[in-house]
Amino acid sequence: MRREVRFSGFGGQGIILSAVILGRAAVMYDHKFAVQTQVYGPEARGGASMSAVIIDDEEILYPKVADPDIYVIMSQEGFEKYGASARPDAVMILDSTLVHSRPGCMFYEIPATAEAKTTLGRDIVANIVMLGALVGYTHVVSEEALKKAILDSVPKGTEALNTKAMELGIALAGGKKQP
Amino acid sequence: MTRTEFWQGNIASAEGALAAGCRFFGGYPITPSTEIAEHMAAKLPKRGGVFIQMEDELASIASVIGASWTGARAMTATSGPGFSLMMENIGYAAMTETPCVIVNVQRGGPSTGQPTMAAQGDMMQCRFGSHGDYAIIALCPASVQEMYDLTAKTFNLADQYRVPVFLMADEVIGHMRERIIVPDAVEHTGRPAFLPGTPPFKPGAGLIPGFPEFGKGYGTHVTGLTHDERGYPCATNPGLHAALVKRLVDKIESATQKLADFDVVNPDAEQIFIAYGAPVRTVQQVIHDHPDRKIGFLRVRTVWPFPAHALALFRCARRFIVPELNLGQIAREIERHAKVPITSVPKLGGELHTPAELFAVWEAGA
Repeated sequence: MRREVRFSGFGGQGIILSAVILGRAAVMYDHKFAVQTQVYGPEARGGASMSAVIIDDEEILYPKVADPDIYVIMSQEGFEKYGASARPDAVMILDSTLVHSRPGCMFYEIPATAEAKTTLGRDIVANIVMLGALVGYTHVVSEEALKKAILDSVPKGTEALNTKAMELGIALAGGKKQP
Repeated sequence: MTRTEFWQGNIASAEGALAAGCRFFGGYPITPSTEIAEHMAAKLPKRGGVFIQMEDELASIASVIGASWTGARAMTATSGPGFSLMMENIGYAAMTETPCVIVNVQRGGPSTGQPTMAAQGDMMQCRFGSHGDYAIIALCPASVQEMYDLTAKTFNLADQYRVPVFLMADEVIGHMRERIIVPDAVEHTGRPAFLPGTPPFKPGAGLIPGFPEFGKGYGTHVTGLTHDERGYPCATNPGLHAALVKRLVDKIESATQKLADFDVVNPDAEQIFIAYGAPVRTVQQVIHDHPDRKIGFLRVRTVWPFPAHALALFRCARRFIVPELNLGQIAREIERHAKVPITSVPKLGGELHTPAELFAVWEAGA
């Protein structure tokens, strides 16, 4: 089954890295097909950033995400530009620290940036908290695959911090009731 | 043992080059090709190769040409304005019959245009961008796997035909990541052998002279001026110039069928898509989504020289539909070969045609 996941936030949050990690988890450890793409501007930080992953059991032909099933939104501008038009049966996981709007589809609020800062002392891992929550809610890849892909992708010396961030995200997802 | 990776297209291109034995990269980083330079900078020195960041793209391609004359497999990678800056020395490479590989990860133009968006606007420029008559080879990948496979292949073609070979990718294929099966080894063919004692530019089999590598004791003179078989300037002899330029073109065009690389889907279809590069993926999706419709597809990897003979394989053709991320550059090339009407489906702006857009064009003619 084809599942399309769109990530959006601002440049510098690790929006593209999140998608790369998810795609890597699907291909390398869940042995599925995945394609990861992105939209970004010439500016290095600050602009709205979007990346997407398609995961499927069969080979993926058209590589672009048009109408995602799943959204991970980490900024207000990202919501307005890439999340506001989510279809009614989509699922959105939003960073409630940074996104004020709420979509018409089903959504989960994860205060990822605040939790990353207070619980882990580093808001830089907010994107990994969101990845944990994504997998906790949707099981779009297995937890084991996600963990391995995160460890492949993060800088040396930050493995423990990132593993904790992922586990925090999964716990936050598990602790929530559906809205 | 092959292995599975989840790679970006640009990384796959760099890895394909390394597997093919590329040992020189001279370049100047530019979006959306930069990852190729970055990866080569990290990997080449460890394999005994040389990475050099030149002061600009004019110098980049010049360094590649120099490296190639030492016998090294040499490449550069660029995009947009960088490709324009390389044009003069690409002509020099064609005239001096220097094997070299140029990867162009196409972005929106003209000028600085859209650095982070996809386009196929340089398809005519790669064929005709330098002054004078000449011919080149250009391949277009449509997947991360092909970024690897076709990059490796460009080195063999450059060596075999002694010509600049282009990998004409685009931002979508260059920047996307997907599954790739990395082979143990890639085919590695060499340059036509030089027979000591023969004039260095005397054509051998296939109109191609043997390659007298620098440093092996052959005192070869290499010039962009019109030259005789000895390599010496001879720029006012009309017959000699005509014969040389004709040979440079003929050595490629006479090999069109041999160089052709394409797939045919539904050869008995009446309406046939023709695509290369990223739009291939959209056409594949259209065919996948409509298994009950007879949708023809000529999927082209070797765009230059264009495999015009492939058009005749569609015996029931009523029209060819050509989606491109430009205003119809290859559609015009097809038009001059085809016996049935062409529908060009241009798309500018940096995004792919959607499957629905392309199916609507097909459906309108069904």
